[in-house]
Amino acid sequence: MEPILLARIQFAANISFHILFPTITIALGWVLLFFKLRYVGTKNEAWMDAYRFWVKVFALSFALGVVSGITMSFQFGTNWPGFMEKVGNIAGPLLAYEVLTAFFLEATFLGIMLFGFKRVPGWVHTGATFLVAFGTTMSAFWILVLNSWMHTPVGFEMRDGVAHATDWFAIVFNPSMPYRLSHMLTASGLTVAFLLAGISAWRWLRGDRAEGVRLGLRTGIVMAALLAPLQIVLGDLHGLNTLEHQPAKVAAMEANWETRGNVPLVLFALPDEAARENRFEIAIPNGASLILRHEAAGVVPGLNQFEGNHPPVAPVFFAFRIMVGIGVLMLLMGWAGAWYLWRRGSLPKLMLRGFVAMSFAGWAATLAGWYVTEIGRQPWLVTGVLNTAQAAGPLPASSIGTTLAMYLVLYTALMVAYIATIFRLAHAGRAADKVDGVMLKPGSAPGDATRDKMGEELTA
Amino acid sequence: MTPFLPGDWLPMIFAGLMAVAILAYVVLDGFDLGVGILLETVAEEHERDRMIAAIGPFWDANETWLVLGVGLLLVAFPVAHGVILTALYMPVAIMLVALTLRGVAFEFRAKARDAAHKRRWDRWFFAGSLISALAQGWMLGRYVLGFAEGWAALGFAVMAAIGLAIAYAFIGACWLIWRTEGALQAHAIAWARHALWPVALGILLVSAVTPLVSARIAARWFDWPGIVMLAPLPILTALLVFGLARLLARMPLAEDAWHDIPFWGGTGLFVLFFAGLASSFFPYVVPERLTIWESASAPESLSIILAGAIFVLPVIVLYTVFAWRVFGGKARDLTYY
Repeated sequence: MEPILLARIQFAANISFHILFPTITIALGWVLLFFKLRYVGTKNEAWMDAYRFWVKVFALSFALGVVSGITMSFQFGTNWPGFMEKVGNIAGPLLAYEVLTAFFLEATFLGIMLFGFKRVPGWVHTGATFLVAFGTTMSAFWILVLNSWMHTPVGFEMRDGVAHATDWFAIVFNPSMPYRLSHMLTASGLTVAFLLAGISAWRWLRGDRAEGVRLGLRTGIVMAALLAPLQIVLGDLHGLNTLEHQPAKVAAMEANWETRGNVPLVLFALPDEAARENRFEIAIPNGASLILRHEAAGVVPGLNQFEGNHPPVAPVFFAFRIMVGIGVLMLLMGWAGAWYLWRRGSLPKLMLRGFVAMSFAGWAATLAGWYVTEIGRQPWLVTGVLNTAQAAGPLPASSIGTTLAMYLVLYTALMVAYIATIFRLAHAGRAADKVDGVMLKPGSAPGDATRDKMGEELTA
Repeated sequence: MTPFLPGDWLPMIFAGLMAVAILAYVVLDGFDLGVGILLETVAEEHERDRMIAAIGPFWDANETWLVLGVGLLLVAFPVAHGVILTALYMPVAIMLVALTLRGVAFEFRAKARDAAHKRRWDRWFFAGSLISALAQGWMLGRYVLGFAEGWAALGFAVMAAIGLAIAYAFIGACWLIWRTEGALQAHAIAWARHALWPVALGILLVSAVTPLVSARIAARWFDWPGIVMLAPLPILTALLVFGLARLLARMPLAEDAWHDIPFWGGTGLFVLFFAGLASSFFPYVVPERLTIWESASAPESLSIILAGAIFVLPVIVLYTVFAWRVFGGKARDLTYY
């Protein structure tokens, strides 16, 4: 295979693996702060039970995010040296600010959040939880600023073929940044909502009726019911923003081959790039024109306007449908779950199983969404400034292939271990609930601290 | 934005910042990698738990210094970053896999199903720590010789790999002397004693080889006035090695006095060795090929990073000190709450 293709697969594999874990930790940090504050406010031990269980999931996810993130920081340079040569003057400071304002903050206070409960006053522990959540969100902010700038670059000038910053405010608040950031933060919220609901439902189905489990389930469902509709609105706004700045991407998302009015909304098709048409198309007449232009006759740009300079159609088209499909399913599940909770106070078994099945649905939707936006940016790495092919490095295919194989084996093994560990923690949560006291080793299960002692220290 | 400093200074300042970040990484992650290397030398599970507990709250922040060091290389000296990481592509990839294994083994062992699984993650933790250390030492050896090819250069890299792994084991043992007590502390003292002399030998070896392969470096160390300016480095190193040897021979002292001194002494050795290397290679960022000025980014970009760093780095130091105080004293069993 070509080195550039291998470099792209390797980078995509790495960043896909990496993004799974920040997607959990960004929102789970705030959920943990919520649990902690509810505990402080209500003195209800169940909130602390929920905190103790989910902080372990957080710690595990955070560790996987850190180690795969370190790999990322090296691959920026090894896989795409042309990126730093051409736009390093803009990407560099943004990445540096991420390390300085976010990484150290989260990594340092994570220690206190995880292991400091008995060593610091209660408010310091709550403060550490806040700073970790804040740090993960800051990290998301800077990296999405950079990513958005790559989609919609502004605030710079080219001198001798190298980008130089002219307006940092414009760079940071570039046109697609607010949409991408809010879309991603909400995606994180939804991912965590379904993880909370799914794992709690799994524990509930297995007969674990602890109040902490019920609170986790309730928190997850309420989050899902609130965030799913918000995400659909944000996604629509993001789409309109993309239409304005990257029309080729939208044309690929809709598999719209010709610029015209009355464009149908394609529900399913097999886009054929050679023939430049869709096969087996099922479509709603005027749908795309209505969504994108808010009138049936609205003219929507087609791929013919960008021939030879647009992204591959099929992956963008399908990834978009997967993302939207999961999003709609999330809305239905979230609202149905909330309705049952509100009306009946509990969920039917079938619905609980549905939530278990959707425990990691947020991951699938987030990845699909990122594939839409990143593949949709091709053939550009930085829109209008730098081609992906121009940024590739001098490494031979054999080196990249070898390391790619290493990473793939590693990531597959870690993924299996991660999911197995989460379910085992959920399983162990029950057994440990009955034991009061002892087991204070790192290997011990959640819920096993001396409760009264903890209460004392918190009030002290 | 216009630079608020003469353009020539910025690359100097960033070279200094990068050096501090790499030094901080080598000392800080050095001790926790070292503890990982020593993990398989103890037989008792509760002692291994205690060793892990001694580094648990720290390793994550320690590793962040690597991201800062490489990040600064990437953003401040992008050309050098390309040259160095292309030359070291395979050892870097191996190190990354090993660091990944180690980082996750820490979490997985704490959540293992049973003793056998925990033991398996222990071994991954050990292997990840050892391989990371070896890979970093290999990179150091290759870097010092300017990525020279040939059997002699590879032999030197092998020795540097082993040397750095022993140095990490040494500072890891010093950390355990400080943070543990009883049988485990005695074990750590014995290891520190064993590891000190190979460390001294390694320092001597690198110090002898660098002037031999580069006339420029030889001139800097042995010609006037360099010989006077740089003489304190070897003298202080020798004094520190003999002082540490004497202290370790008598440890543990009554009432556990001076239990933190070996760690600070070990840190001193790392700092002196690093200062020696920096004095040899300055102003090159890729030995004998690229200077810091030739490879630096645009001054506008460097000054905007610097503006942030001036405010943020002291804050980072402050809360790092705070976290160290929270987790000061002898390691206790880690609990999540």
